[in-house]
Amino acid sequence: MTITIETVQHIAHLAKLQLSETEMFRLADEMEKIVGFADKLSELDIEGVKPTTHAVAVQNVLRDDELKPSYDREKILQNAPERDAACFLVPKVVE
Amino acid sequence: MTTYEIVVGIECHVELKTKTKLFCGCAAEFSDDPNRRVCPVCLALPGALPVVNRQAIEYAVKAALALHCEVQPFSRFDRKNYYYPDLPGAYQITQMFHPIAKGGYVDIETTKGSRRIRLNRIHVEADAGKLLHASGGIGGAGGTLADDNRASTPLIEIVSEPDLRSAEEARVYGEKLRTILEYAGVSDVKMEQGSMRCDANVSVRPKGDPVLGTRAEIKNVNSFKALERAVNYEADRQIDLIEDGGSVVQETRGWDDEKGVSISMRLKENAHDYRYFPEPDLPPILLDPERIKGIGLTLPEMPEDRKSRWIKELNLPACDSEQIASSRFSAELFDRTVALGADPKTAANWIMGEWTRCVRVKGIGMETEPVKAEHLAALLGQVSAGKINNKQAKEVFEEMFDTGEAPEQIIQRKGMVQVSDTGALDAIVQQVLADHPKSVEDYRNGRTQAIGFLVGQVMKASKGQANPGLANQLLAAALEAMK
Repeated sequence: MTITIETVQHIAHLAKLQLSETEMFRLADEMEKIVGFADKLSELDIEGVKPTTHAVAVQNVLRDDELKPSYDREKILQNAPERDAACFLVPKVVE
Repeated sequence: MTTYEIVVGIECHVELKTKTKLFCGCAAEFSDDPNRRVCPVCLALPGALPVVNRQAIEYAVKAALALHCEVQPFSRFDRKNYYYPDLPGAYQITQMFHPIAKGGYVDIETTKGSRRIRLNRIHVEADAGKLLHASGGIGGAGGTLADDNRASTPLIEIVSEPDLRSAEEARVYGEKLRTILEYAGVSDVKMEQGSMRCDANVSVRPKGDPVLGTRAEIKNVNSFKALERAVNYEADRQIDLIEDGGSVVQETRGWDDEKGVSISMRLKENAHDYRYFPEPDLPPILLDPERIKGIGLTLPEMPEDRKSRWIKELNLPACDSEQIASSRFSAELFDRTVALGADPKTAANWIMGEWTRCVRVKGIGMETEPVKAEHLAALLGQVSAGKINNKQAKEVFEEMFDTGEAPEQIIQRKGMVQVSDTGALDAIVQQVLADHPKSVEDYRNGRTQAIGFLVGQVMKASKGQANPGLANQLLAAALEAMK
């Protein structure tokens, strides 16, 4: 499978990444290798095999609806690049 | 000229009323103190492990059963990936491929008759946080503040088929959905507070054309009235566009109820690429038929069933039944009051009249049960026994509503009695006749409606305690005697 520059641009856009032209060419090359590696799987005959979504066969892991203490707000905000007294501060969102 | 048909499908997000969030033990209830109900799980910090709230699954199943859906024996969560500052993990946990329920329907009744609106599916998902606008902030240009108290609150999304054919149907569908979910007891279902949010997908097409037109999605609709207005506006806008030779663009539009217009929010430039994939941290949910049946048994008698029972067994008029059944709280109050021996039609009148008026005027949530069935039944008993008249009963009712006291106590405290003693009333009647010669004259000249005014005067002179029927009788007799 070939990874085109357009594909890299599309993925970079979705991931909100800005890439230089050199980076894009390098990534196209690297991504092609990664996808090519995974492509090996398509050589297998999986007719009638159900898709695996979880490696361990567990189900219905549920918890009771019981209150637990939340985190302290200061702790929650300590890694925020920018903040005000109570909230995360992010660049202006225009709707 | 082309006649157009409106086609509407509704996606309705409903907050489930669990105590805690969908994947962690943080409180799910509203708080206006930002970021106080937050932990690494609902912030989707690396390494934090979500665990599904059992109650949320049960509520979702209950809602699905109330809406006649097929609950799925196997359901699973997926990640929907997109960047937005109200989404701390840059992905939303939802159920794309294996929703908890499929199919189902809502029967609606409009001025045009009754119709069955099919549902496509119900899935469980996590809510986003809230964005507030700041004045200062990054670059001095004013930033956006993120409050994640609401992040990861459990929601169900109820997706209808594009079966609705008018703005009125859209409104009635929304109202009916609210009623059913309120009966099911799974949500507060308050549009104005955001615990129920309806987005409408609206398109138009020439009548008879089997192909659907390009749709626009209308958001920010905060009441059912607004939903009806927004759909009408959107249909008109699209028809005008087409008539002028243009075409409808697929987009999301925000409704501004004050201005009565919708504004384009964002064009779907290159169709969204959400890159859904199975949520690796959450194992699937398996539900066996016994479990589903058990949850179904916890549903109360639903509005349609109550309505037909009242019409059939209590002889209640259909429109009264419809109105009282439209809320679980009025329906239960009615059923209990009647079970205590009250006359059904009288009880219905009081619930549709005074009870509804007090709930509206005083802004008291009916879920707080401001008037107990025992008290309403006792009050109606006092009236039918002739101890107080209707006017006094209304005063007692309002007092009951405000204080929660029993009617007997209020009647005693206020010294209310109904004067049905002919001797006592006769004296008042004579006085009133002497004081209002003009009305007496009118009556004698054939304007018999003057008696209404005189009854009012007797009521006033007796401080509202006269038995109005008796007053009327005595006045009529006295006036006839004067002829």
